[in-house]
Amino acid sequence: MTKRFSVIGKSLPKIDAWAKVTGDTKFADDMVLPRMAFGKLLRSPHPHARITRIDTARAAALPGVYAVITGRDLPRVKFGILPVSQDEEALCVDKVRMVGDPVAAVAAVDEETAERATELIEVDYEPLRALMSIEDALAHPEVRIHEYGDAPNVHKAVALQFGDVEAAFAAADLVREDVFYFEGNTHLPMEQHAAVAQFGPDGKLTLWSSTQTPHYVHRLLGKILDMPPAHIRVVAAPVGGGFGGKLDPFAHEIAACKLSQLTGRPVKIALTREEVFYVHRGRHPVLMWVKTGFRRDGGITGMHFRSWLDGGAYGSYGVASTFYTGALQTVTYKIPAYKFEGARIFTNKPPCGPKRGHGTPQPRFAMECQIDKAAEQLGLDPADMRRRNLAEPFTKTANHLTVTTIGLGECLDRVIEASGWRQKWKALPPGKGIGIACSSYLTGAGTAVYWNDMPHSGVVVRADRSGGVSVLCGATDIGQGSDSILAYLVAEVLGIAPKDIRVHVADTDLTPVDLGSYSSRVTLMAGNAAIQAAERLRARIFDAVAAKLEVEPERLVARDGRVFVGDDEERSMAFAEAVVLGESRHGVLAFPGSYAPPRRAGKYKGGGVGPSPCYSYSACVVEVDVDADTGEVKPTEIWIAHDIGRALNPLLAEGQVEGSIYMGLGEVLMEEQVFRKGVHKFPSMLEYKTPTTLETPEIHTILVETDDPEGPFGAKEAGQGPLLPIIPAVANAVYAAVGVRIDETPITPDKVIRGLDLKRQGKSPRVGPERLPLVKFPEPRAVESAFGLPAEGIAERPFSS
Amino acid sequence: MKAHLSLTVNGEARDVVVPPHKTLLEVLREDLALTGTKHGCELGECGTCTVLVDGEPVLSCLALPVECRDRRITTVEGMAEGGRLHPLQQAFAELGAAQCGYCTPGILLTAQALLVENPGPTRDEIRHALAGNLCRCTGYTKILEAVELAALRISGARTGQARKEART
Repeated sequence: MTKRFSVIGKSLPKIDAWAKVTGDTKFADDMVLPRMAFGKLLRSPHPHARITRIDTARAAALPGVYAVITGRDLPRVKFGILPVSQDEEALCVDKVRMVGDPVAAVAAVDEETAERATELIEVDYEPLRALMSIEDALAHPEVRIHEYGDAPNVHKAVALQFGDVEAAFAAADLVREDVFYFEGNTHLPMEQHAAVAQFGPDGKLTLWSSTQTPHYVHRLLGKILDMPPAHIRVVAAPVGGGFGGKLDPFAHEIAACKLSQLTGRPVKIALTREEVFYVHRGRHPVLMWVKTGFRRDGGITGMHFRSWLDGGAYGSYGVASTFYTGALQTVTYKIPAYKFEGARIFTNKPPCGPKRGHGTPQPRFAMECQIDKAAEQLGLDPADMRRRNLAEPFTKTANHLTVTTIGLGECLDRVIEASGWRQKWKALPPGKGIGIACSSYLTGAGTAVYWNDMPHSGVVVRADRSGGVSVLCGATDIGQGSDSILAYLVAEVLGIAPKDIRVHVADTDLTPVDLGSYSSRVTLMAGNAAIQAAERLRARIFDAVAAKLEVEPERLVARDGRVFVGDDEERSMAFAEAVVLGESRHGVLAFPGSYAPPRRAGKYKGGGVGPSPCYSYSACVVEVDVDADTGEVKPTEIWIAHDIGRALNPLLAEGQVEGSIYMGLGEVLMEEQVFRKGVHKFPSMLEYKTPTTLETPEIHTILVETDDPEGPFGAKEAGQGPLLPIIPAVANAVYAAVGVRIDETPITPDKVIRGLDLKRQGKSPRVGPERLPLVKFPEPRAVESAFGLPAEGIAERPFSS
Repeated sequence: MKAHLSLTVNGEARDVVVPPHKTLLEVLREDLALTGTKHGCELGECGTCTVLVDGEPVLSCLALPVECRDRRITTVEGMAEGGRLHPLQQAFAELGAAQCGYCTPGILLTAQALLVENPGPTRDEIRHALAGNLCRCTGYTKILEAVELAALRISGARTGQARKEART
């Protein structure tokens, strides 16, 4: 039976849409407090140097300057988002590891004075050899960026093996080895990070910040400032775009806190666009080697994947990123045996971290391009080859991930149909090409960044005699619409309109902890918690109404702002009236809901990266025009089908898919976070090329619903997965158009021209990396492949709604 | 040194005393508390800070208030009239054209200028008009749809108004 929903599945405006179109939304930098001072950071001009002297006297003497601090004014403790990579300092004390590393901070009467004061700070540096690439970093083990790691300048090296890949290759009809490179790129949110800190006279601290993870910032500030977290409050302002770039604790947040303590004033620090490019934490540049065995019918017998990540100067989320480059290869197609080796190398560049798709777009690019090459060699239609080898729903993968529903077959069918693939593949005129690729992504990381037994998300739903309902949750709306999703879910359960609900979020004093807006976790985790809380509230209200109407509570339903006797609709009362009965009978009506994902981490080191309650799936077809004279690649039309489980709001879901496609297009065609002599080549929005309205073609979005048992009303994620397949789909379409394989991103005109020249000279028409770095990977921990085992511990649908 | 300036912002006369090198963006946000105007680069690259000066889109991060004396400045706060949202604002809200909402004010004002000049733009004409406004969230699709919807509603309302006037 199809359940009838009243709010779920409707294309409603977001609850904060009105504030956003009127300019009423207050972002962090819009905040002004009385007596507020303005802060600036002084940043290193050297990629790698020892600090021998800092003299702040002249800066401190400048009229209008309230305080100047260096790292020596902060507790001498290193921090980092992951417990295993505590390697950052808010203000560097002895050494800088990249251009842009902060060394001092100033608070002054205005921004201009603060900036002038930073110029008066004298810093003596003793430059060290800058290691600007993986090769450099490995070639100079005597120059160490950090003292820790698995080898000199090797932050992390991992190796995992599931089943016998060598036997799998021996059993294959075709074994391919291919090498790919994915260039680094950055999030480029339209809003530059900003923070306002206020140390109160009571010794308590409040920080308002454009952060995606107020909880993690809260937790780390205690350590960094050496004060009890109980005395710290972190409030996430509405975030003007995040994409993963606002997931770490940042120097400007910490400096603002310390400066506020010293000056007794609120202190605001807003980053410039150039600073945002250096703060980074974006997509890792990754070099990849992939060896795969294929049967004649295109089936995969086994895969061996190696990745080398250029991590930049600090750890950030890098250990997780490294594992992610090897984690999700197995969830789309049947891969019975799998081996992964990965290494993250430190270099003297801004640290890489999580960007939309975290660690998975790079291997997805490699894998989907290789499948295309194999299909050609085997004489198969690449769409059919993918279609025939899909993973089985409700099974485990070789690397012990549990997959639940899989809508990828339907996704493929729908994009093949909508795009006219059958008529166009190998039938378009020269210069035009069509390409296809698939992907899948997490719906929330199955483990927190620090191990604990507490909920990943908490929600409190309260109602009072006014009939008003408030939802309190630690989640952060970064534009994806998570506040609205909470309102829709609670409205659906309580039978009221989203407008009757106020949502209060992301305030560590007032809202239950939610881990943050990352890994596509909020709709599922906060959503499940919200449903639980709302159902508890509804049960108390029904209980009171049932007593009044002298019926069994099970007979009651909530709909259209009223509570009805389900089988006798004449008998009903307004929701507000029902709340009064509930409050009269039970006292204050405030109920918590908690959610923690199923514990499915594989029992091996690294098994914590990859598990998720469920996975979304996407299939994408793109048509491109390639100009053989200029090398320009122009995508003309894109079809994407996305298995979202259930579209809680199709309008918002489409928006996430379209935004993902756009961002993927930028990555595959133009975006590059690259450096020259230690300095970012183009830290500006003009020269860091991104697609404008003119480069973003028509996108046809198809939502596929599979009603996943783990998701709230069956929903899976939509914010990250759809970014993945467009990248290899474009590369495959370029090959179809001009017969040139560009095995590295971005696919810029110069590379296409180079490929065409090679083709003309009768050489292999491939542009991509030729050499691989030498890294000694550890002996893999051999674990039995869990491929094909039945899924265990799938959620009984936790809600009656 | 500071300059005394009289500006007309959203139809209101506003006096400010500011250093003459302060940009229009800074004066709007910091001196007039009109924080609806956002900044994305402060170098004239992203379109985020767009406001209208005499109805023309202007990058407020590159404009000096001195140049704006005796001219009408419109910010996003001035789009709604008497509590009624501009059709563009309404369409952007309804169609999900604002995700994080940070680029939205600049895009709304650029689109408003377009619709005044060209009430029935094609999708390509909208693309060209908005090519200088970056958005990192939406992939632009819903923005283009919202501008089209607003254009239809405005011309529909105008046609309706004309019919009504013809009848009376």
